[in-house]
Amino acid sequence: MRRRAWGWTAVTAALVAALLGPLYWAVLSSLTPEPRLFAAPGLVPRALVLTHYRALFEDHDFWVPVANSLIVAGTTTVVSVVLGALCAYATARLRFRGKAPILAFVLAVSMFPQIAIVSPLYMVLRAAGLLNTYPGLVLPYLSFAMPLTIWLLDGYFRQLPLDLEEAALVDGAGRLRTLKEIVLPLAWPGLATTAILTFLYSWNEFLFALSFTLGPERYTVPVAIALFRGQYQVPWGQILAGAVVATVPVAAVVMVAQRRITAGLTSGAVKG
Amino acid sequence: MSPASAPPPAPASWRRHEARLAWAFVLPALGLVATVAVFPIAWTVWESLHLHDLRMPWLGRPFVGVANYVEAAGDRRLWSAVGHTGLFAVLTVSLELTGGLVLALGLDRLRRAAGLVRTAVLLPWALPTVVAALIWRFIFESPAGLATAMATRAGLEAPTWFADAVAAWVPLVLADVWKTTPFVAILLLAGLQAIDPALSEAAAVDGAGPWRRFTGITLPLLRPALLVACLFRTLDALRVFDLVYVMTGGGPGTATEPIALYTFSTLLQNLRFGFGAALSVLVFVAAFGLASLAIRVMGGDAFLERRS
Repeated sequence: MRRRAWGWTAVTAALVAALLGPLYWAVLSSLTPEPRLFAAPGLVPRALVLTHYRALFEDHDFWVPVANSLIVAGTTTVVSVVLGALCAYATARLRFRGKAPILAFVLAVSMFPQIAIVSPLYMVLRAAGLLNTYPGLVLPYLSFAMPLTIWLLDGYFRQLPLDLEEAALVDGAGRLRTLKEIVLPLAWPGLATTAILTFLYSWNEFLFALSFTLGPERYTVPVAIALFRGQYQVPWGQILAGAVVATVPVAAVVMVAQRRITAGLTSGAVKG
Repeated sequence: MSPASAPPPAPASWRRHEARLAWAFVLPALGLVATVAVFPIAWTVWESLHLHDLRMPWLGRPFVGVANYVEAAGDRRLWSAVGHTGLFAVLTVSLELTGGLVLALGLDRLRRAAGLVRTAVLLPWALPTVVAALIWRFIFESPAGLATAMATRAGLEAPTWFADAVAAWVPLVLADVWKTTPFVAILLLAGLQAIDPALSEAAAVDGAGPWRRFTGITLPLLRPALLVACLFRTLDALRVFDLVYVMTGGGPGTATEPIALYTFSTLLQNLRFGFGAALSVLVFVAAFGLASLAIRVMGGDAFLERRS
């Protein structure tokens, strides 16, 4: 019995090391001077420098894509959580015909492949003059963020206890007041989980951002680092520094909200 | 939705009021989803029946019926893209399910530092795919990357990874498995923790060994979670884009080009919108067909049932 427990610990430790190893290697390399990047690799660094980060922000204005990503992902999250919460409250709690079709519709849309709607969105955004603008990214992002928030929040509202709400309704508080004073305060953990997942998906999105931005002034972080080019050779040091910067907010969110993310993923895993 | 939530008798006017409120809550969200997702799909289907080449605007946009689909059926690049996508899906999903299952079993037995370990495990899943792709491209960079150095130290002769039509698949598959095994593990872990430990204990008392308990109890009870993980992963693998775009660009040549990347370059690089729309419709139909098939296999409305 005891021996087997040790065996499992060893297997788990090996897998976790395999998952963290590449991240460690990337962080280490982003701090290594360029000429040494492809020298004999060692696990312990011999010299750490911040030159790549400095070059990234000072010579390449990397704060521009960071700001773009924050604005686009933040707006997408706020819009889809607010509208998604209203819709999900109705499908979870109110009595009306058409709930099941609405949920089936939302689930179906969440399975749309992004590539299938790239060209019409491109044409519409171009006609509306929205290519290379923030709304021109937020609107396409809502196509995956709205189904995600509705689906997660519908599941969450359904498992909230009914009795408080019923008591408020019996006492004569209308639906709107009940929603504001009873449901929302109770539901904030679910809203937070949903907001976190929506923000992560929007922060990480690549295909729409690549298709609907035209220049570095509107690139999001993933596009900026994917299209990063040097004059003569691949500037790996700066690319990896950019990759680490792109990971920092994600890592912070995961550390703070690991439990919530796990719960959100397993309760209504919409996509990987 | 279910008879259990059937409304108790209420005044008809009150019920009408509630229904009106419900639609007021639902319509903004549904309207938005229809505008940004459903309308574009319909537009894509319509566009796929036209000749529309932005490089040749003088041709206009004539209706050509199914000509784009006929061209697609005879397009060798499309068929090899379909093959690449299928190969990628089979390799990554099978590796991720196996690795995810082992990782989930390990996490389930973890008594100490479980939260910390789960945080570490979630990291690769949570970071942008572009970042994962760049890290693994750096590791497999030839001739002096880490992968080549390790292979050389082990006395093996490493290929020039991204210049080799076969070897280029190794970093692609590894990067996807690295990034997504955590997601599978988290899904399966939830399934494992829902299994009543008394079942295993009873079987142990009856003399069943660990392997028998695993195949006789854990695996069958984990089947729904495995199916859900398999479905989500397969759907994602069929849409793979970011990873390949950043790591190989579909190359060398078009040796690793999946269907989403072929569609993307047809649309936004070659500007053949009509033909590209036909390719989009094919991706859409494949994804949808697979999803409905899977939902049927999993037993009717197992999906909507997970709601209640």
